[in-house]
Amino acid sequence: MLWQIDLVILALVIVCAIAAISVRDLLGTAILFGAYSFMMCLLWAVMGAVDVAFTEASVGAGVSSVFVVAAVFRTTRRTKD
Amino acid sequence: MKLAGLIIVMICGGLLLTATQDFPAWGDPSSPASTHLSPHFITEALHETGAPNLVTAVLADYRGYDTMFETVVVFGAGLACILLLRTYTQRTRGREYRHIPTGIVIHIQDPNKAPKGQREFQLIDNMWVPHDLIIKTVCRILIPFIQIFGLYVVCHGDFSPGGGFQGGVIFGASLILLALSFDLRTFLEQMSEKALGLLCALGVVIYSGIGCMCILLGGNFLDYSQLAAVLPVDPGHVRALGMLGVEIGVGFSVMSVMAILYVNIASAGRHNQGL
Repeated sequence: MLWQIDLVILALVIVCAIAAISVRDLLGTAILFGAYSFMMCLLWAVMGAVDVAFTEASVGAGVSSVFVVAAVFRTTRRTKD
Repeated sequence: MKLAGLIIVMICGGLLLTATQDFPAWGDPSSPASTHLSPHFITEALHETGAPNLVTAVLADYRGYDTMFETVVVFGAGLACILLLRTYTQRTRGREYRHIPTGIVIHIQDPNKAPKGQREFQLIDNMWVPHDLIIKTVCRILIPFIQIFGLYVVCHGDFSPGGGFQGGVIFGASLILLALSFDLRTFLEQMSEKALGLLCALGVVIYSGIGCMCILLGGNFLDYSQLAAVLPVDPGHVRALGMLGVEIGVGFSVMSVMAILYVNIASAGRHNQGL
């Protein structure tokens, strides 16, 4: 596919990864984690691995985000480190 | 200590990046991945298995034995989550009830004085009180379509992207959406913890049961062509139907594990109230 699209998706993956480990609000981290998974899903789709993209979208961007949000609501929202 | 950790991480990352020099170029036709088994799969999979989706053919037919143990791993994950998070000690704390005619929320400290069986009082959760008509109505409309899409993903895993794992996750997401839009007790009334556990085990039993049936019919474990003796269909389509059967088993296990994980995380293992 177009190298411009590849570059944008790769940049967004790196940005989401760095932001997810830098944000102190754990709810924001959960959202960024879901965005990271969705960007990885786009990467798999661009490389032609549609089955893996499907799994990344449903498990990573979908259900795992719900699990992380539920865990955040059961613990604390502000990280301490 | 944080500096030492950073140094270790940098060294390991550097080693990994150095090792990537030995990788073949992406899409190189002479790389080992392209010369060992992939040509056989690409040219013979449709003829040998009857499944146009090569990923499903490899996952459920050529490597069906490995995928069976992946289903057992999913079952083990659900079991580990129950063992780690489930607790049966109910906290002796007050309850909130909503008086439906007036909408007043009352807090009753003593469990013995709780209004049991009265229609006018509705037990509510003290952390999450979903009382939104829009959310309930939209989710009530959406959940059946999500479940139909999950069933489609399972059944069409042979022909299009998807399969038991993806379909099971989507179906489990519809169950999680039901728990989110109403409340956890409503979901557990529809699908109890025992039912979820039995469904999870049923998935593994379906998968290994199909394999044992192939042995009983005289072939190898998970050799689906032996099912032609009991399925009155075109013999060329029997392997695809065998794959569909094992995908249904995977779907059952994955769906149940998704719901088990959510219920235990959302309620901190108490299963009385949650998100």
